[in-house]
Amino acid sequence: MNSALPNSFRSGPDETGHFGIFGGRFVAETLMPLILDLEKAYADAKADPSFQAEMNGYLKDYVGRPSPLYFAERLTEHLGGAKIYFKREELNHTGSHKVNNVLGQIMVARRMGKERIIAETGAGQHGVATATLCARFGLECFVYMGAVDVERQQPNVIRMEMLGAKVIPVQSGSRTLKDAMNDALRDWVTNVHNTFYCIGTVAGPHPYPMMVRDFQSIIGTETRAQMQEAEGRLPDSLVACIGGGSNAMGLFHPFLDDPSVEIFGVEAAGHGLTNLHAASIAGGRPGVLHGNRTYLLMDEDGQIQDAHSISAGLDYPGIGPEHSWLHETGRVTYLSATDDEALAAFQLLSRLEGIIPALEPAHAIAKVMDLAPKRPKDHLMVVNLSGRGDKDIPQVADILRGAKS
Amino acid sequence: MTTRIDTRFAELKAEGRAAFVTFLMAGDPDLATSLEIIKALPKAGADIIEIGMPFTDPMADGPAIQAAGLRALKAGTTLKKTLKMVRAFRAGDNVTPLVLMGYYNPIYIYGVDRFLVDAKAAGVDGLIIVDLPPEEDAELCLPAMKAGLNFIRLATPTTDDKRLPAVLANTSGFVYYVSITGITGSGSADSTEVGAAVARIKRHTNLPVCVGFGIRTPEAAHDIAQHANGAVVGSALVDALRASLDAEGRATGKTVSAVVDLVASLAQGVRGARQAAE
Repeated sequence: MNSALPNSFRSGPDETGHFGIFGGRFVAETLMPLILDLEKAYADAKADPSFQAEMNGYLKDYVGRPSPLYFAERLTEHLGGAKIYFKREELNHTGSHKVNNVLGQIMVARRMGKERIIAETGAGQHGVATATLCARFGLECFVYMGAVDVERQQPNVIRMEMLGAKVIPVQSGSRTLKDAMNDALRDWVTNVHNTFYCIGTVAGPHPYPMMVRDFQSIIGTETRAQMQEAEGRLPDSLVACIGGGSNAMGLFHPFLDDPSVEIFGVEAAGHGLTNLHAASIAGGRPGVLHGNRTYLLMDEDGQIQDAHSISAGLDYPGIGPEHSWLHETGRVTYLSATDDEALAAFQLLSRLEGIIPALEPAHAIAKVMDLAPKRPKDHLMVVNLSGRGDKDIPQVADILRGAKS
Repeated sequence: MTTRIDTRFAELKAEGRAAFVTFLMAGDPDLATSLEIIKALPKAGADIIEIGMPFTDPMADGPAIQAAGLRALKAGTTLKKTLKMVRAFRAGDNVTPLVLMGYYNPIYIYGVDRFLVDAKAAGVDGLIIVDLPPEEDAELCLPAMKAGLNFIRLATPTTDDKRLPAVLANTSGFVYYVSITGITGSGSADSTEVGAAVARIKRHTNLPVCVGFGIRTPEAAHDIAQHANGAVVGSALVDALRASLDAEGRATGKTVSAVVDLVASLAQGVRGARQAAE
């Protein structure tokens, strides 16, 4: 799309936190000094071999990494095209990829001497991961969660409370992930002296999009090595679902400079792109929210619109700024899947592979169902199975019962 | 370039008193009532008027101003209509400084260049944009200065001496000292601490320093006005406005007077405070 393509897709952001025009640090002055401190603390940690060594220890023995790369034989046969592999992030401790990032951020928070951790959560996966690591390291934990999400993701609310976190239902706005992030930012402004904000996705002010991406990149790094071992070469395509986009960025980033690898992100199309949805790239345009410039769903006056997705984890009117840049440069292709397509994929995967996926990666599976049959049998396709579906069982059961009655 | 803000502070300095700065949300609870209130503010004792530009996601505001923004949006307020209201105010008052306050996205979507032209033409004197720190000056601050508008920066308790010069570098009109770490409408500022903070900022700048967040009563406004060049009251006015609305959130016969009467009593508090010698 742009005339001047970068030499590398992996060198961003620049020192002011920009990926092209996207990213930046659009925050209140109260937070700015802390954000600069965090940038420095993270740079120090990154350069400290003992930080990496300690993190690797926890990733192996506490999280259970590496997560397997699994050949989905029956799904492959069923679709009759590309050879499909799952990166099994749902097998991580706490049930999703979120723990990779939370572990990293909690270790940075400890280096900074912060004792009070706050987080926003949509589906509750990031909240559970944060509550888990706060329990492990004896830190106080407050999780902001939209009141609508508290209702539809009860199992995760109960888990967070069992882990000792305080879940704060957010009643403002659309009472989903966007509003949870607003209230988390308000808490942070108020308690900036002792509080670390553990952001759950590759969004927010710099350095968060970069830092979260770095912590999640273990997904793609492992995938490279595992695919090399399984097939002796790189995969031909990658597919991942996108709300904010952290599981996708984690898988994609190590492959961005391999032009032979096709990359697909899947947004949530909700009731359809002409109706209520959460597909910021398909249905939005660049704007500024929550500390960064990125694609957002908004009206002609710049007011943010409510997103809709069956999946609480994708129900957000924005996307990480690096994804916006990868879209504009054309390196990644962004598709979308509707609620109904995701539900169908959820059921198919449960029956064919004995894996009940979370509704979020069910969106990725839904697009695999389109993409795989059109590709040859020697095409190697990796889909990030970013979370398990336990949390979604009551909600899906209600929907399916409703559909039958 | 001298703006109405500069002129007003020069006058107040001659009078030896601090400015009383009011904040209300444009279009709260509807554009007609909002204009009627704003027109009445100078006579009630407001020296500088801040008008909020409503935004769906005001991340530095407490419940009172969040709700005011939502009422305004529900009543159909847009940035274009806010500027139209400013023009209507200016038609009857060419001296009272008027500052627009809000978040960047609606301006970014309106188009920065077009916004600056339209705002200047409407009679806006300055801008306070909560989510544009000095690190993002190229977005709006520098173009605004070029267009002849003051870009008023927020300084906070977390803005230390090392950072102050960066915060003050492209600030003009006045400095808005946020007296607490927190959202609007929460907590209250200790006037001794505020005095020390204002003195600290004044070591770095000759600009007037106004103090806001947590000022709700004439007494508090009086205390702050002894230590600063201005006291800003927002949430207390917005609360008074809300209390005057009917069950559906619509204006009643009491709405304008509820706000204007409170402005008058707060203005008394500010005017009673003699300014310490500079």
